[in-house]
Amino acid sequence: MEPAGAIADTLTSPLVDYQTHPDRYKHYKASYDGPVATLRIDIDEDAGIRPGYKLKLNSYDLGVDIELYDAIQRIRFEHPEVRTVVLTSAKDRVFCSGANIFMLGKSSHAWKVNFCKFTNETRNGLEDSSRHSGLKFIAACNGTTAGGGYEVALACDEIILIDDSSSAVSLPEVPLLGVLPGTGGLTRVTDKRKVRHDLADIFCTTTEGVRGVRAREWRLVDAVVKPSEFAGYVQQRAVQMAAKSDRPQDARGITLAPLKRAIDDNGYHYEYVDVEIDSASRRATLTVKAPAKAQPDDIQGILAAGANWWPLQTGRELDDAILMLRTNHLDVGIWLLKTQGDADQVLAADATLAKHKNHWLVRETIGLLRRTLARLEVSSRTLIALIEPGSAFAGTLLELALAADRTYMLDLPDDPGTAPKLVLSELNFGAYPRVDGVSRVESRFYGETEPVGKARSAIGRKLSAQDAAALGLITAALDDIDWNDEIRIVLEERASMSPDALTGMEANLRFGVTETMETRVFGRLSAWQNWIFIRPNAVGETGALKVFGTGTKAKFNWERV
Amino acid sequence: MSTDINYSEKIPNNVNLAEDRTLQRALEHWQPGFISWWKDMGPEGSLDYDVYLRTAVSVEPNGWAQFGHVKMPDYRWGIFLTPGQPDAKIGFGEHKGEPVWQEVPGEHRANLRRIIVTQGDTEPASVEQQRHLGLTCPSLYDLRNLFQVNVEEGRHLWAMVYLLHRHFGRDGREEAEALLTRRSGDSDNPRILGAFNEKTPDWLSLFMFTYFTDRDGKYQLCALAESGFEPLARTTKFMLTEEAHHMFVGESGVSRVIQRTCQVMNELKTDEPAKVRAAGAIDLPTIQRYLNFHYSVTIDLFGADQSSNAATFYTSGLKGRFEETRRSDDHVLKSETYRLLNIIDGRLVEHEAPMLNALNEVLRDDYIKDSVGGVERWNKVIDKAGVAFRLKVPHKAFHRKIGTLSEFRVSPDGRVISETEWTANVTGWLPTAEDRAFVASLMGRVVEPGKFANWIAPPAVGVNRQPLNFEYVRFN
Repeated sequence: MEPAGAIADTLTSPLVDYQTHPDRYKHYKASYDGPVATLRIDIDEDAGIRPGYKLKLNSYDLGVDIELYDAIQRIRFEHPEVRTVVLTSAKDRVFCSGANIFMLGKSSHAWKVNFCKFTNETRNGLEDSSRHSGLKFIAACNGTTAGGGYEVALACDEIILIDDSSSAVSLPEVPLLGVLPGTGGLTRVTDKRKVRHDLADIFCTTTEGVRGVRAREWRLVDAVVKPSEFAGYVQQRAVQMAAKSDRPQDARGITLAPLKRAIDDNGYHYEYVDVEIDSASRRATLTVKAPAKAQPDDIQGILAAGANWWPLQTGRELDDAILMLRTNHLDVGIWLLKTQGDADQVLAADATLAKHKNHWLVRETIGLLRRTLARLEVSSRTLIALIEPGSAFAGTLLELALAADRTYMLDLPDDPGTAPKLVLSELNFGAYPRVDGVSRVESRFYGETEPVGKARSAIGRKLSAQDAAALGLITAALDDIDWNDEIRIVLEERASMSPDALTGMEANLRFGVTETMETRVFGRLSAWQNWIFIRPNAVGETGALKVFGTGTKAKFNWERV
Repeated sequence: MSTDINYSEKIPNNVNLAEDRTLQRALEHWQPGFISWWKDMGPEGSLDYDVYLRTAVSVEPNGWAQFGHVKMPDYRWGIFLTPGQPDAKIGFGEHKGEPVWQEVPGEHRANLRRIIVTQGDTEPASVEQQRHLGLTCPSLYDLRNLFQVNVEEGRHLWAMVYLLHRHFGRDGREEAEALLTRRSGDSDNPRILGAFNEKTPDWLSLFMFTYFTDRDGKYQLCALAESGFEPLARTTKFMLTEEAHHMFVGESGVSRVIQRTCQVMNELKTDEPAKVRAAGAIDLPTIQRYLNFHYSVTIDLFGADQSSNAATFYTSGLKGRFEETRRSDDHVLKSETYRLLNIIDGRLVEHEAPMLNALNEVLRDDYIKDSVGGVERWNKVIDKAGVAFRLKVPHKAFHRKIGTLSEFRVSPDGRVISETEWTANVTGWLPTAEDRAFVASLMGRVVEPGKFANWIAPPAVGVNRQPLNFEYVRFN
């Protein structure tokens, strides 16, 4: 792990780091057997990411989720032969009991919100890989599966519950803690599992949960299996599911080497991504660089480059940068999105991605870029893209501008040689859907055929600011005389507004029309759970979350709001 | 970039216009628009006249008043800021003690733009209001003064447009265009403030307007001259030097009307308005009614007596009080209160309100003290003539259209009265249609050098020490 530097002292201390490695895992154990990988949850109760609570009964915190995220990522890239992931517990009689309550009780609101967001993204990532990459997930619930433990099971393709007359699945948040199973629990029970709403109502208000045959009948699980048959059944299902996958049988994975990342007072510095933090102005500049030299355009070359292949390395770096900024720099409210370098190199890389999109590594790389870019719109930060000379807003990198709340492009009609250009590629039309399942170009125009068609017919053309403005791809074309003042005022004005109101407004405007299960998961987390999280009935002195485990009964304000 | 305009020649300035591309580009579009507006909406029929005007060519003591005959469309409207103080600090509000801002802080963009646009809009508005007066001027001297006021209102428009162009980007350019497209009294596209959509139908109205309403301008400019946004403060400081002349035109104009009226009264040994009118002068009660009207309309311009905007503008350091720096309080005012008038159970009563919210009233009261001074000087003219009559400003609750007091009828002497009493007496308090028709009937055009209309006395001295029979305007 890199030294944290002065940033750690100023904001969130110590720095939360999303980079880890199986050698350093404290909570997960991975094992591999041909097409089946098994991830065993074995949470070290003394190894919370923050002091002050014990992670008993396989309860998790952000540190545990960081390991889960890393483990899944490695299965995607380092183990292409794996087709089914079995998520189970190494502990007796408990699968996972969810987010640690004492951790939640001690956490700041911002910490809870950020933690839940990352948790959601990781779970959505399981479904994303199942949908796009032939990687299937089985939750082998070999013991108590409660709260967030059941929520992570819900994100798997199949839930197998041990039928030992005591292990149950449950969502006890409402009756026990006065909060919601809000990281996808309520949503997936209905939206994905199609549990009838009245049965779901009973389920979600019953602390002991539901077990055995009833759990299967209510669709809460797919199978209930006696302890003696449990391991065999899980293995059998894993193999059956693997048979349907198109993940390669004989491919060798690539190594996800540690990111080359320097952290200093100014920010985070990677090879292709740079984050410059201006603490006084409360903004960060995220610059993504095009490859400096030609990238391989055949599979052999891509495999040889491995994690150094520009699309993959850039995706990993950007992913890390977003997570670091979100967790460790809460008051940095504006992210300026910039790119740098040769747009043609980006377009060449895009052509390679498109050409080989069915190869497992290319597919996984597109998937990583897709999930990384999708983090942008669900980040509670103002995103402003600045398209300036020397930038490379083309294809995949153009997604950054399309994700932004506003995009300003420098217009130099008298100096076309210096003027920045923007280029669409095929990948802007479907390779990187947002969490609402819609591409950023489609979403920008609310799916209207005419502007989307015009944008599509501009694929490959180097668009000047005025061309881009005419196509509706940017917010405004500003000339060099106006640029500095306009941008300065926009940023200063934005920085003066209520961060809460901006978060709400931006989320509203970013997701205009289409809802998916993912948008519902995020939206309901924000609307309901985060509201409950600041209400005295949960977090007041006598709130349910605060008094949990103290022997004191929660005192509620009985007004229904 | 084309260089059709020789900037420093054509547009005197101390803002380094010759090297400021932002300004040049903006002005290239705006300047022709301004000239075209002047031709359409400036003084009627005056384009060819040579007018003995004062032009500001620099901010030096000898530079702000250069006299010579000019055709008004060729007037060198310039851009001047009073030189700044090094290390200037914001003098009030939450930013008190911090260095003044040289650029618009993004946080205050919208409010500053609003302040500047509202101020800027009054400048062309008054030119539009006065555009027909040249046809009924009482003398060349007065005609020249009118034109001087007009070109300086034009320059004040330039001053505000400079701020919009230099500091507000594209929005600023759009707002600067809009300043040229709104029209005083146009119900579809009116000027922003009500008083600037009223007609200025005759010269007595003009003098009252320049005395009372331009004095509102002075107080607004003084409050803005305290602004933490230094370009605004410096711009408005320079505008104040010119505003003083406009108030001089008003004060001396009314004074000369009074002087002539008293002279007629003494000659005829009468104080009967009808006789005074018959002799072609304006009777003192009519002058009082005009005064009542202009005074009450003008004090409405200060806005509502309790205003959250006023509090915001002050607290954010955008707009101070009159002579902010000379005041001895904490210049933050969070715990200060101010006494406001209200009417309860038919009686005027004072109540305390937070001073930050009452800052419009604070400025209005400062203004009232100042306006009363000029009225007293008019009374000296009446006294000197031995006439037993006193002009008075009406009570501040009289004839109000804005704020708490606008909901009640109050007589000029400050009694809360019924609608019936108001209706029965209003013709004695505000100019009637007949009054206005009478005053209009006196407005003949006098353009022979050295001659003055019968209803007004000549001034004591001419402009720039020129004789009274100087050809202040040449008609060509």
